[in-house]
Amino acid sequence: MSGILKIALKLLVNDRSKFIALLVGITFAVFLMIMMMSMFSGILARSSSSVYNIGAKIWVMDPAVNNATSSIPMPDYVLSTARSINGVKYAVPIYFGNALVKLKSGAYQAVSVVGLDDSTLYGRPELIEGNIEDIYSENAFFVVRDSEFKKLESPTVGTEFEINDHKGLVVGIAKVNASGLFGIPTVYTTYNRAITYIPSMRFTTSYILIEPKHDSDIPYIQRQIKNLGYQALTRDQFVQKISDFYTYQTGMGMNVLMMTAISFIVGLSISGQTFYTFILENIERFGALKAIGAKGHELISMILFQASFTALLGYGLGVGLASGLMILAKLRLPSYAAQVTYYNLTFAFVMVLIMAGVSSYIGVRKVLQIQPFDIFRG
Amino acid sequence: MGNVAIKANALVKWFGEGETKTTAVKSASFEANFGELLYIVGPSGSGKTTLLSMISGILKPNEGAVLVEGKDLWNMKSDDIADLRLNKIGFVFQDYHLFPRLTTIENVAIPLILKKMDWNEALKVSMEYLEIVGLKDRAQLQPVKLSGGEQQRVAIARAIAGHPDILIFDEPTASLDGDTGRKIVEFIKTKILNQDRCVIIVTHDSRIYEYADSIMKMEDGKIIGFERNTVTAT
Repeated sequence: MSGILKIALKLLVNDRSKFIALLVGITFAVFLMIMMMSMFSGILARSSSSVYNIGAKIWVMDPAVNNATSSIPMPDYVLSTARSINGVKYAVPIYFGNALVKLKSGAYQAVSVVGLDDSTLYGRPELIEGNIEDIYSENAFFVVRDSEFKKLESPTVGTEFEINDHKGLVVGIAKVNASGLFGIPTVYTTYNRAITYIPSMRFTTSYILIEPKHDSDIPYIQRQIKNLGYQALTRDQFVQKISDFYTYQTGMGMNVLMMTAISFIVGLSISGQTFYTFILENIERFGALKAIGAKGHELISMILFQASFTALLGYGLGVGLASGLMILAKLRLPSYAAQVTYYNLTFAFVMVLIMAGVSSYIGVRKVLQIQPFDIFRG
Repeated sequence: MGNVAIKANALVKWFGEGETKTTAVKSASFEANFGELLYIVGPSGSGKTTLLSMISGILKPNEGAVLVEGKDLWNMKSDDIADLRLNKIGFVFQDYHLFPRLTTIENVAIPLILKKMDWNEALKVSMEYLEIVGLKDRAQLQPVKLSGGEQQRVAIARAIAGHPDILIFDEPTASLDGDTGRKIVEFIKTKILNQDRCVIIVTHDSRIYEYADSIMKMEDGKIIGFERNTVTAT
């Protein structure tokens, strides 16, 4: 580090009260921004968990569907037509629904039920206990071991329960990539058993999952499905649709945006004001440095360094604090939906750079305005 | 190096325009030589500090010229003027303007660091200058823990650390008691001044006039008297 920057660093860190105030301001702002965005990211990721867990390339649905759990059943001819479209390797139905389970203890627990196509079991989860073919045995269900697993009183293979007055039997414990959003356990069974056990409307197919022969067939398949009055979305498009729903139609996105903006403004106010006071208190010394022979660009580099150092340190502390709190929260609340993404980190980083930039600008302007003559005049 | 350290030719400086125009220095000309302790004296508002600022490359005159070691100061680029201040001129400000968050030795090292000297080397050299001003044992203290006289000496050490040819003191005794003030000026005269250096002191402290080689008197922006090799002044 050059000597002039070392002086800048010592001027900054040796003024402990202001340095701490600056750090607290930036750390607090970063912490709030990261927390808000991470919670939002976590919610978005979980809202699309079914889409990721099933893993189909194309999802056919009613155009009014706006998230995976609120499916609108489709008539059977859609499935038949989908199977007949050129470029479709295969197409299978899948059922998504909710049911009430009566546990051994007598307690009731809502569950999310996924009914897999009987012949292919397309979208089946990875099993950590039991065999996949056991799904065909009588009353068979797989239970997903995720953060909600304990709500089913941690069942094992062989555990019995009641589902809508039908007997249910756990024949396997499954593992999925992502937990759901609504804090209820998930069970898998076959499509036919699902529509038998769970009361449904005239139509029963929640979605049709399509595997195209080639990726280049996807646009044609989507057009054909559209001609039927339905919508075929790729996995990424479906995830985006769900994300858009939560972001723009639930108010959640606006709330997060507002909280993030408030965090930024608070952080900017604290850091900008404190840095300005810091510069004001040292303005005569900067003037003295000018008189001694420091050039304008050297003084600017000092201020930029001070602002950047504080900003980066505050950023690191803020990210660390937010991550630490999320880890703690997840230890206590397994279903806690928050995830730090590169996007969140980058966004917060850019915000912190803006804070540093604004603070520096204020400081630089002030320092460049001071004339050494003012120092002589006292 | 010639004998003339600074030559001021018909310097004029005014502030403001129109009705608010005030002329602070009116056609001031003088020479300050190497090996000379020159006092600029006069009442408050007489233009001493303005004159000092113009001859040290801090305030541009409206008219006239300043030659520092023969070079026309105000015909230089601003970065060259800053370099000249750094390399040729040492300042001791009235309020010292030491950095309270730096240690004494770090304060002294500032001109050396601005000259791009390595940090550790700069501290090593600064220690030698602290020894000259008798404050070696105060090297690691912050200025706020030093007395007024000691802070003055730190400011002197900082001013001479860059090895300048010209040293400028602005009211060096203004905030010191009589004894300490005299000691400081005696120190400047015996330890800092030499044949290769010119020291200019702005003061209106008559108690220290006896140490001057030359005294230049100012009033209302004009030089009204210049006495060399005098021991008293009125």
